[in-house]
Parts: sequence; structure tokens; C-alpha cells
Amino acid sequence: MEEPLFKAADYKSDQAVRWCPGCGDHAILNTLHKAMAELAVPPHKTAVISGIGCSSRLPYYMNTYGFHTIHGRAAAVATGFKVANPEMTVWQVSGDGDGLAIGGNHFIHAIRRNVDINILLFNNKIYGLTKGQYSPTSDRGFVSKSSPYGTTEDPFIPAELVFGARGNFFARSIDVELDTSRQVMVAAARHRGTAVVEILQNCVIFNNGIHNDITAREIRADHTILLRHGEKMIFGADGNHGLVRDGFLLKAVEIGKDGYTMDDVLVHDAHTTSNFLHQQLAMMDGHSLPIALGVIRDVESPCYDQAVSDQVQEVKARKGFNTLRDMILAGETWEVR
Amino acid sequence: MLEKTNVKVLDKVVVRFSGDSGDGMQLAGNIFTNVSAGVGNQVSTFPDYPAEIRAPQGSLGGVSGFQVSVGHDVHTPGDSCDVLLAMNAAALKQNHKFLKEGGVIIVDIDSFRESDLKKAKYTTDRPFEELGIKAQVVEVPVTTMTKAALADSGLDAKSVLKCRNIFALGLVCWLFDRPVDAALHHLKKKFGKKPAVYEANAKVLQAGYDYGHNIHASVSTYRIETEDPRPGVYTDINGNTATAWGLIMASEKCGRPLFLGSYPITPATDILHELAKRKDLGVKACQMEDEIAGVCSAIGASFAGNLAVTSTSGPGLALKSEAIGLAVMAELPLVVIDVQRGGPSTGLPTKTEQTDLMQALYGRNGESPVAVVAPASPTDCFTMAFEACRIAVEHMTPVILLSDAFIGNGSSAWRIPDADEYPAIKTPDVPADLLASGSWKPYMRRENLGRYWPVAGTEGAQHRLGGLEKDAVAGSISNDPANHEKMVNIRREKIARIADDIPSLKIQGDADADTLLIGWGGTYGHLLTAVESLNASGKPVAMAHFRYINPLPANADEIIARYPRVIVAELNTGMFADYLQCRFPGKNIRRINKIQGQPFSAGEVAEKVAKIMEEN
Repeated sequence: MEEPLFKAADYKSDQAVRWCPGCGDHAILNTLHKAMAELAVPPHKTAVISGIGCSSRLPYYMNTYGFHTIHGRAAAVATGFKVANPEMTVWQVSGDGDGLAIGGNHFIHAIRRNVDINILLFNNKIYGLTKGQYSPTSDRGFVSKSSPYGTTEDPFIPAELVFGARGNFFARSIDVELDTSRQVMVAAARHRGTAVVEILQNCVIFNNGIHNDITAREIRADHTILLRHGEKMIFGADGNHGLVRDGFLLKAVEIGKDGYTMDDVLVHDAHTTSNFLHQQLAMMDGHSLPIALGVIRDVESPCYDQAVSDQVQEVKARKGFNTLRDMILAGETWEVR
Repeated sequence: MLEKTNVKVLDKVVVRFSGDSGDGMQLAGNIFTNVSAGVGNQVSTFPDYPAEIRAPQGSLGGVSGFQVSVGHDVHTPGDSCDVLLAMNAAALKQNHKFLKEGGVIIVDIDSFRESDLKKAKYTTDRPFEELGIKAQVVEVPVTTMTKAALADSGLDAKSVLKCRNIFALGLVCWLFDRPVDAALHHLKKKFGKKPAVYEANAKVLQAGYDYGHNIHASVSTYRIETEDPRPGVYTDINGNTATAWGLIMASEKCGRPLFLGSYPITPATDILHELAKRKDLGVKACQMEDEIAGVCSAIGASFAGNLAVTSTSGPGLALKSEAIGLAVMAELPLVVIDVQRGGPSTGLPTKTEQTDLMQALYGRNGESPVAVVAPASPTDCFTMAFEACRIAVEHMTPVILLSDAFIGNGSSAWRIPDADEYPAIKTPDVPADLLASGSWKPYMRRENLGRYWPVAGTEGAQHRLGGLEKDAVAGSISNDPANHEKMVNIRREKIARIADDIPSLKIQGDADADTLLIGWGGTYGHLLTAVESLNASGKPVAMAHFRYINPLPANADEIIARYPRVIVAELNTGMFADYLQCRFPGKNIRRINKIQGQPFSAGEVAEKVAKIMEEN
């Protein structure tokens, strides 16, 4: 077998990792190193840009170009970076507070523009760095230090926001699902345009077990479904459950029961332009329907940074100016001798 | 009616075009300006728009003005005008106060009907008497004549009325002996794609000119002296365009592509417009989702290796504060352009002020020094935008450029610089030997204390920046108390050392005087005119005008100490005076302040300086 160009270690910096022991971020970081090695984009052609929060510390642990910016603004910094230097592969790391509260505006606009960046959204439904306040993804009624009687507001569902902003790539994983995480990171990087990867992450200190109703080892197979393009939507510990159409909605069925056969089970098409079914899949919450993992939507569409570069080349060629002086002299001038 | 032609010879004249905001006064004024510049006059303009996009037609709130001074030794658009053109009753009411003694008013008498007077809130049917106007008023039936000239044009009534401004322009061209051909040329540029509209305007322009010729016995005409300016190729330029072009020049001189991240805001938006057009020169101008994204995208572009700029006005600068602090901490080059307007809050969006000085100097959390520069005139915007970029890149720091609505919108004739007139900007690339040996560290410093600036993508130069305090050399996160104090002092000293790299302060006027008049930024023309008139009237005054605010030029303290009487004139309540006062606690720094959203008039400055001189 051919020696790989890069190893995971090539993407690791020499800095000591400072997250709490048991934090889900450790697994995501290690997975990201592996995904980058698999992609084989050299470390010096890679940039990792983050906002503020526990997850946003991640760039310090990368041997790439890295920028730990200010709260909420990573998407805007990453947009400018990518437009200025389109040859770089750009990753953004944000948490649910950074990305969806203070940074919500930049998040939706980066997606709308379809800048070619890969956004890793660590969703632990809590503010960890400020020691335990509810976040914009915390469920209604969630009790935290800033909501001692329970929240009185509904959360964002990240996927719904991505589709609302006309996103063309959405994938989901769980911090402990190392293979799935690596696969969706690689797929996100290979997608041209804004790719959002939501990773359900566990904050061991302030929100331990928040995803347990989905992710606990003993129930995970029945509460999650791993979607793969071109494959049947099958799930369950015994692999005998599937998703079928029920009018305009989806329904989970047991194959061989109530007259359902494998032929009734839907085949996943991540590349179809319509996001109608993608949205329904992404909105499954792990209770009446299993929560979807894997690449849910992956559709090619013109990306912003490339369009800007193309337009610059086109206009430059058409106008033919070499310098500012050429351009000014081609306008309205007069000469004094 | 006078029988003979009365020709006034003047070294400069001021014309004020005024009308409803839909009357095309900015266009008429601009063409007159360009024609005058083309015959060799110096020009300086002041567009005075209402804040509302379309106030009710004929109302006082909808009056739009455009003042231009043309001639010799023109430093400002003039305090008051020799000729006032008023296209309707509201325009006359709002603008007659700007007329000089002995000046002439031209009105479209067709727009002084009872309904027009009512809309402009006159209480009598004798508008001139009611306003107490003693000047000569030339009543021209502009609307009637325009309609007559276009009777056979086939244009609809609305399109015909849109040509009234050009009839008035024709008349003004005759009054000042401007060549009609040159005006036609500019009309062609404006309307060339709509031949019918161009033909109509051309016809009306000639009709206005001929009308003037036919009534010439009744009104003074003017001959304006021209001077021989420095040989070269000239163009007419406003401050915002000059700013945009200065940035492009800097990009050419440092060999890094230009990136602008911006968000529309009055009165800075024209910089975004111009740079959006300049894709033909490789500029990437991105209209972002908000002010914060504007500056943050620029910071990202700077980290990537581009020459990065964000443009805004005061409220936008407030929104960008935190991100500018990030650029201070990351020690990245960043140019922030603030075209100042009246504040606080939304304030007076279309009016000029110098009230963002303290915000630029201190408006961030923590010890967060940045360089601050301020252009003195529309054409100086080019030079100072270039300087802002040069300082940002060579010293690895954010630089705030404090322009203002007056110079941003005002225009002047500008000699196009030769290719080698501006110096190369030396980008602080990481030395190849340091990279090769692996000994480069992100916070290693050069002699001026600036870091090195690798282009992202360079092999071996991967590094991590961020807003957390950095170790003074390695650039890794550091919570060490002594290191923090060291870094605060380094960042401060880095800005202070820029003083070794900027031109020294010059004294103008009478250097031997006891009185020093100090100004900064866009008030230069008015202050210089005031100083010239004071010196001409036997009241000796020296002048020092600051374009470099932080740091101050190295000789600033010495100059200020030299003069017993120091007066700071500025369009705020005394921000620059306070800034200087803390450097000279023992000195009684006097102040001349105006906060009306309007530029100084040279006359009021001269009067106030003279008064302070008399008092002691």
C-alpha cells in the first residue's frame, strides 16, 4: 500500500490541549486531524478559524494557519480570508452560542453566499466557557444558571437554520461516532461551497448527558440513522427498520411488519436539488423518528469566493488596465502644459 | 434696466445651485465644476443634500444645494456665494442667507406661484420683500423657456421639466463665460446612451446660454482669473473617490491585492461604490451583511495576506470597535476609514463634523493604541489613504483614517501622480533564512517593533493568532502578568515609533507671529483662508495643520511650545484641544468650536481668532 502523504500528527501543534478531561472536543479534534490527513491538503494550505467559546480554542491545537477571533465573528473572518486567498482550505469551528446566538447573522449570510468554507458546529446546548448558561439550542424549559426556573423560549434547530439560509451541504455526527465524524468532515471539505457539519457534543461539566436520549450506547442504534447517498434508509440494532413515505411525511417502519418490505424503504439522494426531503430528514429528532447522521444534503452550487475571482478576471480582461494610472487616464482628464 | 454691460473681474467666484432635490442641482453643479476645471480654474465644491431621499416636492425639507468656488487660490467652496441660483421658492428661502453683499440671485420665476409659496411656507405673496432681499434678483421664466425650447421634441411633459436644470446651467455658463462645447461634452457623457434625452438637454443648454446673451444688458457678468498650475494631467476628484484610489495606489506599491469589506453607510458609501467598480484593477470589494462583518472580513483578508480595508462612518466605527481591538492584538495591518458625520447615534447623516476623534483614539476596550491620520482636503484623501496603508503594512497595525462628509463629498481638480511619485511600500515578509531554519516566531519584531507578515499558504509559516494575550516572542497564549505588561508597552511603543516615519509638521502663514492657529483634518482650506486674510489685514498668525494625529509628528511639541498663544479650531467641542492640552498642562490652549453639521466659514474663523488676539 502506498505511504500516505500526510499523517494525523502532521496537523497537530505542540500546544497542550486544555479542554476538561472527558470533554467531547478531544474526540472531535483527533477526528479532524485524521480527516485532514485523509484529505491530504498540506497543513500550510489549511486554515482553521474560530470565534470564542470552548470549541473555539481548537485552532491552537492545529499545525495549520489558525485564527482564534472574537465572539460570533468567525464566519465573517473566514469569508474574508477565503475570498482573499481562495487556494486555502478553510475550516471554521464554532459552538452553538458562538455560531447561532452572537454569530447568527454571519452564520446565515455565509451559507447564503455559499462561501467555500467548512463549518464545524459543536452543539452541546450550553455555554460552557462562561460556566453554564442556556444556549440558543437549549430546549424550552431547560434549567441552567441563567434560567433557574427553566427557559421560556424555543431553540433553533441548526439544520432548519441552514436550510432557511438556502444551505447546500448539511451533515451531522456525534462526538463519539469517530468514523461517521471523519467521513462527514471529509465530505464537507470535498464539497465546494459552505458545508455545515453539526456535531452533537457532550459538555461533561455543565451539561453532561444532554444527548443521552439519542447517543447512549444501548439505544443509539434505534434512535439514530446513518444516511449514505444511494443507500436504503435502514436503522435499528438489527438493521430491520426503515424510513418510508407516509403522504408528505416520513414514517419509521419495521421491515416485514404491517406489509412493509425493503422495496418500500426510501433510498437516500443527497444530491437532489430540492431540499424538501432533506429538511424532513434533518428535522427528525431521535424520538418518534431516528435522528439522521451522515451527509443529509450535498448539492453543488456556485460559490462566492470563486465567483468573485472569476468576475475580477473577466472585468480585468475586458477593460485591459494594468495600473490605476491607466484607468484614470482613460477617464475624463485635461492637460496643463 | 442698466444700459451697459457690467463685467466684474474676480480672482474667484462662488456659485450656489439650489432647487428641489429632484431638480438636478448636483448634476448642473458638477458639470459647471468640470467645465471650469477644464479651462484651468481651481475648483472646490460642497454638495449640501437633504437627509431625506425624496421630501415632498417644493418643500423646505427637500431643498438640495451645490456650492462651488472656481478661480485662483481656491482652498474652500467659499463661505458665501456671488451668484445664487434658486429653482423654486423653497430653495430661495433656504439659501438666500448664503449670498454675499453685492451678489446676484437668479430665480425660476415660474416656480413662485401661489401654491409654490404656500409649500415653502411664505406668509405673503411678496417673497423677496418677505425675506428682506436687497440684492439684484434676475427673474427668469426657466420653466416656460424650457418648455418652449422643447415644444417640438416629442418628449413627455415630465421629461421636459427634467431639463430645467440644464437651461439654468446654460445661463450660468453664459454668465461666467464658460464654453458651451465643454458642457455639451459632459452632457453627452451623462446622457449618451439616451440620444433623445441628450438632444433635448443640448438644445436647452444652448437656449439657456442664448437667453443670457439676450438679457446681458441687465446683469453683471464675470471674468475669472486663471492661474498656471503645475503642468500635468488633471482630473476632477471628490474625497471619497480619492480615498478609494489612494488605497489602490498603495496596493500597487506593496504588491498585495486590495480587499475591502464594507457595509453601506452615509457619507462613506461612495468608497464602496468606487472600489466595487475597480474589479478592473483586481480589487475585491465585498458588501458584507453588517459593519462588524465588514471589518471582520477585512481582518480575515489581512491574515490571508491581502492589503485589507474597511470603510464606514461614525456609527459603523462604533460597531467595529471590538474587531479593531482584535487587529491590535493580532498585530495585523488593517485600514479603517471613517468618513465622519454629525453624531451621536444616527445624528446628522449627511452633514460634516469632526466628532469621532476620541472614538478613533480611545474607543476600544483595554489598552488598545492604533495609528490615526486625517486628510486635509478632497485631493489629500488620496495621499492620506496611501499613507494609512503604508503605516499599517510597514508597522503591522490598524490605522484609522478620519475623513469627513465635507471633504468626502467635496471635489477639487487633482493632478494625476506619475507612476514613481509614491514610494514602494515594503511588506514585512518573513526572511527566507528564518523560515528555512525554522527559527521564525510569529511575534518576533523588527526594529520599528512591527511583526513579520507571512502570506497564508507559505510553507513553514503556519502560525496561530488570536485575541488572547500572546507570549512576547512565541505568540502562544500567555497569562503571565509580567508578559502582559510587557506586551501592553510594546504595542504602545510600536505606535509611538511611527513618529520617526512620518513627515514633520510644517508652519504656514506668518511663522514669526505670537499666535498659532491649529487645525486637523478636513478644516484645512477654511483655516488657511482665514489665516491668509488675517495676515493680509495686519494681524500676524501662524498656522499648523495636523494630518497625523496618533502619533503626532515628532516636532509637534516643540512647535506648540514655541507660541505664546495657541488656538485650536475644530468641528467638535474641543477634542483635539483636549488631546494637546494633556501634553501641555501649563498652557492655556484656546478653542474655536462649531458643531452645526456645517464646515467652518473662513470669515467666522478669522473673526474669532482676531477676537482672541484682542482679548490678550
